[in-house]
Amino acid sequence: MQATVTAQHSAVSADDDRALAAVFSAYTVSATCWLLFATAVGLLLAFKFGAPDFWAAKYLTFGRLRPIHTNDTFYGWASIGLVGLAYYVAARSCGTKLYSIKLAWIGLALFNLAAIAGTIALELGYNWGDLEYREWPWPIRLVFLAALLVTGWNLIGTVARRTTEDIYLSNWYTVCGVLWTCVIAIVATLPWYQHGLGQVAISGFYMHNAVGMWFTPLALGVFYYAIPKILSRPIYSYALGVFAFWTNLLFYPLLGGHHFLFSPLPWWLQTTAIVFSVAMLVPVWGGSANYLLTMRGRYRDMTHSYPLMFILVAVIGYLFGSTQGTVEAFRSMQAIWHLTNFTVGHSHLTMYGFVTFAVWGGIYALLPLATHKSPGRLGIALHFWMALVGSFIYVIALSIGGTIQGLDWLHQRPFIQSVTDMAPYWVWRGAGGLLMFLSHIVFAWNVWRMTSGQTGNAGSPILARTEGAAA
Amino acid sequence: MKKLLQIAGGALLVYIVIVMGIAVIPAIDLSKTPPGPGVKPLTALQAEGSVVYAANGCAYCHTQQVRPLAEDKVFGRPSAPGDFSYQTPELLGSERTGPDLSNIGNSKPSDVWQYIHLFDPRAVVPESVMPNFKFLFHVVATVPPGETAVPVPAAFAPKQGKVIPTQQAKALVAYLLSLKQTPIPGYTMNGGMGGMTSAAPATVPAPTAAAGGGYSYDAGKGQSLFMANCSACHQATGEGIPGAFPPLKGNAAVDADDPTLHIHTVLHGAHGVTIGGVAYSSVMPPFADQLSDADIANIVNYERSSWGNHAKPATAAAVAAVRAKGP
Repeated sequence: MQATVTAQHSAVSADDDRALAAVFSAYTVSATCWLLFATAVGLLLAFKFGAPDFWAAKYLTFGRLRPIHTNDTFYGWASIGLVGLAYYVAARSCGTKLYSIKLAWIGLALFNLAAIAGTIALELGYNWGDLEYREWPWPIRLVFLAALLVTGWNLIGTVARRTTEDIYLSNWYTVCGVLWTCVIAIVATLPWYQHGLGQVAISGFYMHNAVGMWFTPLALGVFYYAIPKILSRPIYSYALGVFAFWTNLLFYPLLGGHHFLFSPLPWWLQTTAIVFSVAMLVPVWGGSANYLLTMRGRYRDMTHSYPLMFILVAVIGYLFGSTQGTVEAFRSMQAIWHLTNFTVGHSHLTMYGFVTFAVWGGIYALLPLATHKSPGRLGIALHFWMALVGSFIYVIALSIGGTIQGLDWLHQRPFIQSVTDMAPYWVWRGAGGLLMFLSHIVFAWNVWRMTSGQTGNAGSPILARTEGAAA
Repeated sequence: MKKLLQIAGGALLVYIVIVMGIAVIPAIDLSKTPPGPGVKPLTALQAEGSVVYAANGCAYCHTQQVRPLAEDKVFGRPSAPGDFSYQTPELLGSERTGPDLSNIGNSKPSDVWQYIHLFDPRAVVPESVMPNFKFLFHVVATVPPGETAVPVPAAFAPKQGKVIPTQQAKALVAYLLSLKQTPIPGYTMNGGMGGMTSAAPATVPAPTAAAGGGYSYDAGKGQSLFMANCSACHQATGEGIPGAFPPLKGNAAVDADDPTLHIHTVLHGAHGVTIGGVAYSSVMPPFADQLSDADIANIVNYERSSWGNHAKPATAAAVAAVRAKGP
């Protein structure tokens, strides 16, 4: 019954492999374009905190660019990157070819259409209100839903024709992640129960479910496939992975209300959110332990495998970011941190330190296997260290600054003091952000080498089995 | 296939049940929240303004939710469910890089201030990091009939021509000025300080008698209260904005030995006054409900002893006496 990651290629032809590699490459290239665009916008936004009159014209005003930054990192970069990985993982772990190459291309077109149309709409000032991560006008969000449906259908079709009896755990996370997100997209769009405070309840639900039931399961799906693949050893505990899957499903959807603590939302809704924010420690610590124990005894190998380094950072980002989220959810902590820049630090620790590093780790580990082309070691090292140091500076600066901001309010200083006190931390955030952006340019270069460069220009990212490793 | 159906179908079903319970059903219920006392739907112009507000992402830096925490009382009373009955899309916000705006129509009721601040925030709040919204204004050589030029301070005004608001700016300011918390009977105004201290005892000494005696004036507190409540219009220099907000430096009411008019103005606000021969159309908000007698005495004394003013100090008892007389 023990599922193995080693795929059986008997039913898969060389043509199928080439088609899968083309799909995986196209999703990765497309996601990379969105990463460059969205983080260039992010860098401009960071600069505006120090120079608010810089490029303050209508189409470049802060309030229009901010949702472009968040939506395009979410639905352009992370979503497209993760779906590309999910296709590759599904086909390989099921030992089969993709259910439909055509549907994969249609999905890619729809994801891009949604992100392009969404960006233009926000630029022109057409939005659905400043409703975080669902600012796109509803017709555009329906295009995104269509992309999800196509993706879900294609993944299910692929898993259905697997050659193994068991469904590998990665596919639990990715297939269900897509299905849950279809529900999220529908619930967030239907208008009938979204008046006034009713819409606030949906906003709280949406803000966290779009993250925790979409990016989290897809990124965890990458972990479950890529870590055993790189190390050539099975996951530490399959049962723990299954346990984390179901507890994640039961606890995560209930914690969205913690975005509106002390708001006029019903007290029970807020308290439920706090309780389940604590309960989330179970799947988070269980899952993280599972990944770290899979790597046990092999940490020395990290120095030979940057893909594994990216994934290790992502696992730690998942562990720290999610645990921090639990701590933030307590009323006593929210009284200081809520509404401050600390929250922005938290969202970057999770969406960047966890999700983005997971996508990178997955791409560096798996794309060379698909295309037989590798990035140079210098390029991947440069990317890793700039992104790591940059995000470290970014998160630390906003965590300290946000705490000071919250304490200024707590001590009832004139409001403007909380603005002036942030100034140095905004500068540091910009410095961290600049490093992060530069690392993305290097990443783009690496992607180019993995997709359009020379064949077989470097070794495989897969580490050889070492003695004592479990079979 | 059976296994796939069990996992995917089961997980989907469980999720739908949870989502109905935690989001959709509560939202159906909450959507029917009746409006609080005095909460009215937006007028056509205000509604147009709220679209401008959302389109330009104001809610990413400004919340519209006052929490039941001491630190939030500067923004008004805690928000109540009935405050949001007509607010769709909701604009509660998730970050407070700038101040909360739930009650901005009460705390900054002057449209002139709002226009100057939108045109260039740093013209009235030097430390502000808010972007300017000059794209919501026109610069014209001559002001067309029916329009009023915005009195932008010279250092921030265009070199040539007059600044007039576009329709979008007018709608936005109409919306901002509509953001006023309505009192809720039995729901304490945040902190309830006004109510606590305004019941002046019968034995309040006359202001003149008290002024001669000892009084405690906390200069640091006075300055910080002034910066939080007054400097947006009157400026840290006490010089105001020419043509828009009157100066306190050398102001006859502020520099007079009898503090009654000065205290009265802080307590009850003012509009349409002429000071130093200049008529000001701007509205000054009342502070009687937000600040205690001691706080108002501190503010007044800071103003009476700064920027070259040398008036006799006022006491909290004097503030209580003026408060007791009513507006």
